[in-house]
Amino acid sequence: MTATLPGTSRTRGFATLRHSGILARRSLLKSARNPGPVINGVITPALFMVLFLYLFGGPVAGSTAEYLQYLFPGILAMGAGLAGMISTASAINLDLKNGVTDRFRSLPIGRTAPLLGSVAADLLRYLVAVSILFLIGTLLGFRVQGGLLAALGATGLAILFGFCLSWAMVFIGVLVKSADAVLSFSFITFLPLQLGSSLGAPTDTLPGWLRAWADINPVTHVMNACRALLNGTPDDGSAGLTLLWSAVLFGVFCPLAVRAYGRQE
Amino acid sequence: MTPVSDNGFEVEGLVKRFGRTTAVDGVSLSAPRGRVLGVLGPNGAGKTTVVRVLATLLRPDAGQVRVAGIDVQRDPARVRRLIALSGQHTSVDNELSGRANLVMIGRLLDLGRHDADRRADELLSRFGLDTAADRRAATYSGGMRRRLDLAASLVGRPKVIFLDEPSVGLDPGKRDELWQMIRELAQDGVTVLLTTQYLEEADALADEVTVIDHGRVIASGTPADLKREAGGHTVVLRPAEAADLGRAAEIVARVAGREPDRSRHHELTVPVAGDTEFFEITAEIRRHGIGVGELAFRLPSLDEVFLSLTGTPTADAKDAA
Repeated sequence: MTATLPGTSRTRGFATLRHSGILARRSLLKSARNPGPVINGVITPALFMVLFLYLFGGPVAGSTAEYLQYLFPGILAMGAGLAGMISTASAINLDLKNGVTDRFRSLPIGRTAPLLGSVAADLLRYLVAVSILFLIGTLLGFRVQGGLLAALGATGLAILFGFCLSWAMVFIGVLVKSADAVLSFSFITFLPLQLGSSLGAPTDTLPGWLRAWADINPVTHVMNACRALLNGTPDDGSAGLTLLWSAVLFGVFCPLAVRAYGRQE
Repeated sequence: MTPVSDNGFEVEGLVKRFGRTTAVDGVSLSAPRGRVLGVLGPNGAGKTTVVRVLATLLRPDAGQVRVAGIDVQRDPARVRRLIALSGQHTSVDNELSGRANLVMIGRLLDLGRHDADRRADELLSRFGLDTAADRRAATYSGGMRRRLDLAASLVGRPKVIFLDEPSVGLDPGKRDELWQMIRELAQDGVTVLLTTQYLEEADALADEVTVIDHGRVIASGTPADLKREAGGHTVVLRPAEAADLGRAAEIVARVAGREPDRSRHHELTVPVAGDTEFFEITAEIRRHGIGVGELAFRLPSLDEVFLSLTGTPTADAKDAA
């Protein structure tokens, strides 16, 4: 703010990156010591997978093996979405509440470093959650049809969208007073976002009102895009829509969250 | 106000509003290097707000706030290199071990891995946490957490440290331990601001005390100054024989010119103008052959000072009641 030496802002940028890295490590260490949230992010989609598979597999798709090929890509997208919905939002909220953030803010580090660090650690948590889901899916009989690159592409798309969606939750986590409020918000949005989609069946088989919602639900596009990639079927434009939605969510909520977090009263 | 030398802090005419409430309304206080300033006041007096402005967590609405001569608004980043904050609510990370907490702070302060480890070990042993170093902080007792929190504040060898009600919730033994650590800090040349509701704590630690109530400074000075300011001396007399209490009360009343307070068991308390009355009471009770169990000439306790200044009893007095 006062006279800055040449290069100071760049040095400061690097410092913030380095500090974010240290805080990302802290966040991962916490996950290792308390893996509950990550496990939750795996168990919920895994349960839905098993439930849907054996409830609807036979009657809807004729066979569970065939239905799994339809179902699994959606479960993958759900896993990435869920992992992002809770981890950073509740961690940041907790830090703000119990005074840890005050300590960080009285240290000579960038104000947003704790936020960036936690979000960076999220990326690794997504990978863990998605990998475990892949393992479970494979054990149940899911086979990637589109090849390795397509599998990586689907994973990347799911994680990208989960990451961008997570900024909306992070924004809420910075704003609201209690961690319970963060959790209940993620529960409220779970139903329409994750289940009101093409998860269990193509949207054209849904009743009109639900179809209207599912067709505009961005999560449907993510699931469709993953499905096309993993099953080696042609993409219907869902991949592009997923990228577009990701950009919009990120572009709106990331600046909002960073600003709300960095604001000094 | 005299200019503050290196490493002290000074606040002049600080105003901080939250919406329509004025939490701090023109507070001025300061401490030179290596001194302990006690900021005393009831709950909600504005103590924490002053600390949070000094620690660069809040922006002042008006007034000058400088730490080590640096304006906190103009150059908060430089101020943060010199200060540490130990909050009212311990701000250690519960899910990390004591050691991991300290190493992380060291790394954030740009210590190398090796230096951060060494500094953590140093502080863990200084604060008697070596055996618990690798346990999660969540398993620590209240006293251990407070010590870890203080240790975390010291990783960067701060020049000025803000302690916001550091002894809340500690039992007396642990509190004495903490006090000793705070005294050692001041001996090392660290300037300390300590907020407290406990007069005993301010009396035990602070070189100077600033009393705040409703966001304003209502008194400041050394603890002895404040006691003197708030009123004269008191004579306390407890006769050796309870049977002499009535006769002793008559003598005390005659010399002091007012009835002594007899609310304490077998004890007479009376305010006096100076030591002349004290000597006279001593001589009179001796002449009447009354044995003395206890006889004292004392300044009012800080509790009494606080009550006379704020009209609210202190936390100590309330706890005792």
